[in-house]
Amino acid sequence: MNYEPVIGLEIHVQLKTRSKMFCASPNNPDETEPNRNICEVCTAQPGSMPVINKEAVHMAILVGLALGCEIPEYSKFDRKNYFYPDLPKGYQISQFDQPICGAGIQVVEYEGKKRPIRITRAHLEEDAGKLIHEGSTTLVDLNRAGVPLLETVTEPDFRTPAEAKIFLQNLRNIVRYLGVSDADMEKGHMRCDANISLRPAGSQDLPPYKIEVKNLNSFKSVEAALNYEIKRQSEMQESGEKLTSQTRGWDDSKGITVEQRTKEQAHDYRYFPEPDLPIMHFIRGDVEKIRAELPELPAQKEERFISEFSLQDRDAGVLVNDKNLAAYFEEVVSELEEWFKEERLEADIAKLAKMAYNWISGDLQALLKIEGIDPQNSRITAENLAELIKMIHQGQVSTTAAKRILEVMFETGGDPSHVAADEGLSQVSDEVAITAVVDKVIAKNANVVADYKGGKKQALGFLVGKIMAEMKGKANPQVASRLLEEKLH
Amino acid sequence: MITQEEVAYIAKLARIELKQEELEKYRIDLNKILGYIEILKTVDTTGVEPLAQVTGLENIFRSDEAEEQGIADDILQNISETSGRFIRVKKVL
Ligand SMILES: [Zn+2]
Repeated sequence: MNYEPVIGLEIHVQLKTRSKMFCASPNNPDETEPNRNICEVCTAQPGSMPVINKEAVHMAILVGLALGCEIPEYSKFDRKNYFYPDLPKGYQISQFDQPICGAGIQVVEYEGKKRPIRITRAHLEEDAGKLIHEGSTTLVDLNRAGVPLLETVTEPDFRTPAEAKIFLQNLRNIVRYLGVSDADMEKGHMRCDANISLRPAGSQDLPPYKIEVKNLNSFKSVEAALNYEIKRQSEMQESGEKLTSQTRGWDDSKGITVEQRTKEQAHDYRYFPEPDLPIMHFIRGDVEKIRAELPELPAQKEERFISEFSLQDRDAGVLVNDKNLAAYFEEVVSELEEWFKEERLEADIAKLAKMAYNWISGDLQALLKIEGIDPQNSRITAENLAELIKMIHQGQVSTTAAKRILEVMFETGGDPSHVAADEGLSQVSDEVAITAVVDKVIAKNANVVADYKGGKKQALGFLVGKIMAEMKGKANPQVASRLLEEKLH
Repeated sequence: MITQEEVAYIAKLARIELKQEELEKYRIDLNKILGYIEILKTVDTTGVEPLAQVTGLENIFRSDEAEEQGIADDILQNISETSGRFIRVKKVL
């Protein structure tokens, strides 16, 4: 039988506020000293009271608006009760029935097909501390306890693991563009749980069970765990086994999911309104003011790159996936545009943009990855890269020479014309100089010339090679080839 | 009416160990509380909006400022068992 996966996601994103969700303890995910960023509130000292961080609320609304969520008029916090040392209060302050962001929608594009994914809600809560289990004791570090989290929940609208992964990447891009989170999955800034079940292809009903998969620490593991579950569940269904709801954990090293014992059922959390936090009342006008703060979002940028610069969908996607790379690309292209306008040269924007894309996503990004830096922090300014591209475009340097120049620029930060001169990498397009060498090569290789004239067309390549060698690779090969052909006719 | 099994389950969620006679004591106590809720439920609340808060306050926020020189060390001083700067508790899983 053919099965169709039914997949939903729950994603926690750590918000990059200065202080925690309900107290003034620093929110610093990079803190290395345990229990450094703690206070009476996040360690649950008797009599301490939480107060809502205004910036966390602002960030949550920004994300909600970017995801197309409704922002309700009223929102409140609730206590989710559970006893575990990662939250010393004995409950987590979360949101139950009145989340800060209501229903929304995000379009996911996979293999050229666009599908809307419904977002159920997004709510604010506090993160828990970290536990280290050591022998007969458990060590508790509460630096993370109370850090603001935004949990986004989707409807079970994904039909392939790839769609789920793309949604996650899009969400990561959105929160990064908004500047509200670094959303690095490996560092735990963004954590994902997935639920997945299978139904017979063509069915519209939700399956009678749901497998929740936890411990997905990378985009890759989300996709791999879901693919594993599809295989496991379809095999079970094929062999007539009945699937029941359970929680499973992804084992990244073994590439399998394993059943986990669940601590509590949802109704055991005994949610009730947080009496220490007054309700939040959002005035329409204030929400609209926040909407006006929204920057150009990744999906909009991608569309603009395609329409403005005629980039391929895939190329635009690569750039947009990295906010800094996209900004750098745009700067390089606008430098190029300006230059060509100044010098009153005919410029084909699509062609220049494609060149800029190739250089940025290829050679430059390879160099950036080695150093682990953003283009903005490299020694190659957008202006200098634009100049290098212009030199290539005008035939002043060969592509091979340009690669070398780029490396030197990356090391030393010089401008490309100086680097080309210093390294002796300028390409000769001077027809007089090249013609002299062409004549010399023709004279020296009479046999080959005769072959060519006798119809052996590939002999031309040999002669161009001789010219290049004679000029130590600095001749513009197109010019050399053209001049040679003219001479031989 | 709440049963002894339910009391035992609630005690487990709250990580409280109850003896057999205590189970019965708390079963009676909890039933009294629930009985009182039953009385409250007889009040006619037609036309009364649900309420999550009794203070009448709205939008009480703090600005996002971190207090770097906090009382972390004082708090650690008062914790019965530590290991370095970690808080030490009985093993949980
Ligand atoms: Zn605190």
